[in-house]
Amino acid sequence: MTESAAQKKYLQKQKRERRLIFAARILLFVGFLALWECSAQTGLIDSFIFSSPSRIWQTFLKMCMDQSLFTHIGVTLKETLLSFFFVVIAGIGTAVLLWLCPRLSRVLEPYLVILNSLPKSALAPLLIVWLGANERTIIVAGMSVALFGSVINLYTGFRETDPEKSRLIQALGGTRKDELLKIVLPSSIPLVLSVMKVNIGLCLVGVVIGEFIGARQGLGYLIIYGSQTFKLTWVLMSIVILCIIAMVLYGILGFAEKWYLKRK
Amino acid sequence: MNSLLEVRDVSLSYHTPSGETSALSHISFSLMPGEFLAIAGPSGCGKSTLLNLICGFLEAEQGTILMNGKPVQPRSSKIGYMLQKDQLLEWRSVWKNILLGLEIRRELTPEKIGFARELLTAYGLDKFRNARPSQLSGGMRQRAALIRTLVLKPDLLLLDEPFSALDYQTRLNVSDDIGQILRKEHKPAILVTHDIAEAISMADRVIILSSRPATIKNIIPIDLGIENRTPLSSRNAPAFKSYFNLIWKELNQND
Repeated sequence: MTESAAQKKYLQKQKRERRLIFAARILLFVGFLALWECSAQTGLIDSFIFSSPSRIWQTFLKMCMDQSLFTHIGVTLKETLLSFFFVVIAGIGTAVLLWLCPRLSRVLEPYLVILNSLPKSALAPLLIVWLGANERTIIVAGMSVALFGSVINLYTGFRETDPEKSRLIQALGGTRKDELLKIVLPSSIPLVLSVMKVNIGLCLVGVVIGEFIGARQGLGYLIIYGSQTFKLTWVLMSIVILCIIAMVLYGILGFAEKWYLKRK
Repeated sequence: MNSLLEVRDVSLSYHTPSGETSALSHISFSLMPGEFLAIAGPSGCGKSTLLNLICGFLEAEQGTILMNGKPVQPRSSKIGYMLQKDQLLEWRSVWKNILLGLEIRRELTPEKIGFARELLTAYGLDKFRNARPSQLSGGMRQRAALIRTLVLKPDLLLLDEPFSALDYQTRLNVSDDIGQILRKEHKPAILVTHDIAEAISMADRVIILSSRPATIKNIIPIDLGIENRTPLSSRNAPAFKSYFNLIWKELNQND
C-alpha cells in the first residue's frame, strides 16, 4: 500500500509524540531516584528515616541471598491469588443467584450497598479474633475488600442485558435458565474480565491489611515489622515490591481482557 | 374450512402504580390456514401487545385465543415469533445462531439439524455459516433470523415490525425476500406494522386498529388481481393505490 506524504507525516508525528511521552516517563523515574539518592548521600534528608535507592537495592540483594524475601513474596502472592479466586467464584455465584431471584436482590440491596461502602480494613481485627491469626483469615480479609463491590457490579451488569434478547429466548421457548446460560453469561464475559482486573488489586490490598495485624510472614508483615523496628528500608522495599506485584497482576488480566476482545 | 387461529372478544389493561390503562378492547378476528394477515394501527396502539397475547407471553383479562381449537400455551413450539430487530447473538456464528431454538428445546436431532442445513442452503446463507452476524448485511441478518424461526417448524409466524430497523432501500428488498420465503413455505403469518404500504404489499387481509385502547376499526381483504404476487409486484399493481387511500382514511378517522 502506498501512503501519501501527508499520511507519512502524520504517522511520524504520532510516533514522535509516543516516544516523547515514553522518554519523559523514564526521565521522571530516573530523576526521582537520582534526587533521592543524592539527597540521602549529602545528608539533605535523613537516610535512617527516608532510606535511599542504594540501601533498598542492597537490602533486596541480601534478602534474596538468604531467600527470606522469596518466602514473604510467595506467601503474599499465594494469599492474594487464593482470595482472588474465591472472590471470582463467590462474586459470580452470588450475582447469578440475585439475578435468578429478583425479590431476594431487592431485599438484600441496602445491605450490599452498606457493606460495599464500609471501609473493609475495619473488619480485619474482627476477623483475626473470630478466625484466628492464620492464613485463612488473611484470605478472608482479602476477599472482604473485593467481594461486595464485585457482586454489585456483576449483578448490575447482568441486569443490563438487552431485554429484547430475553424476549428472543422466550419466543424460542426458553426458560429463565436458558436466558442466563445463552444470553446473560456469554454477554457478560467482558464485564467479568474488567471486574476481575479491578479485583486483583483490591484482594492485594485486603491481604496486606490482614498481614499487618495477623501474620508472621508476607510483605504486609515485613512492612509492619520494619516500621516497628525502624528498619524503614525494609518498609520501602516491600512497598516497591507490592507496586511491582500489583502492576504485573493487573497487566496479566488486562492482557487476558484484550486477548478476549480481539478474538471476538 | 376451520380457522387456524381464533381471537374472540379479547381485552387487556396495563396496571401501573399510577393507574390502569386499557390497551386492547374487544378484539375479535380469525386467521385461515396459509393466510397472511397484517395488523396496522397508529404507534403505541397495542399492536405488539396483541402479538404477545397470541404467543402466550401475556394472558388476556377477558376473552379467549384458540389455536387449532385449543387455548394457546406459553412457550408453544407451534408459534414462531420474529422480533423488531434480528437479535442475532454476536458471540455465536450464523450457524450456531440458527440452531439456538433447537438447542433451547433440546431438539438437536440429526433430522432437525439436516432441516436447518437445507434452509441455510435454500436461502443462500450456507457460505456464511461460520461467519459472525456482524459480517452479514442487514438483509442477510433478517434471513438468518427467519431461518432461526423456521427451523422450529412453527404452524404460525408472528412478525413484530421486523423491518422497522432497516433503511428504506433494504426494507423493500428484505420484505420482498421474507414475503416470498413465507409464501414458498406456505406459512400463515401475522405481521404487525405501522407502514400501510408494507401491510398491503404483503398481506391477504389488513386489520385496522384504532388508537389506544385498540379496537378493530375495519378488516380489509386485499385483492390486487395479479398472479404470483410478491411484495414488490404488489406495490406496482393498479389497485395498490386505492387500497392505500382507503386504509389511510380509515387510520386518520376521528383521530
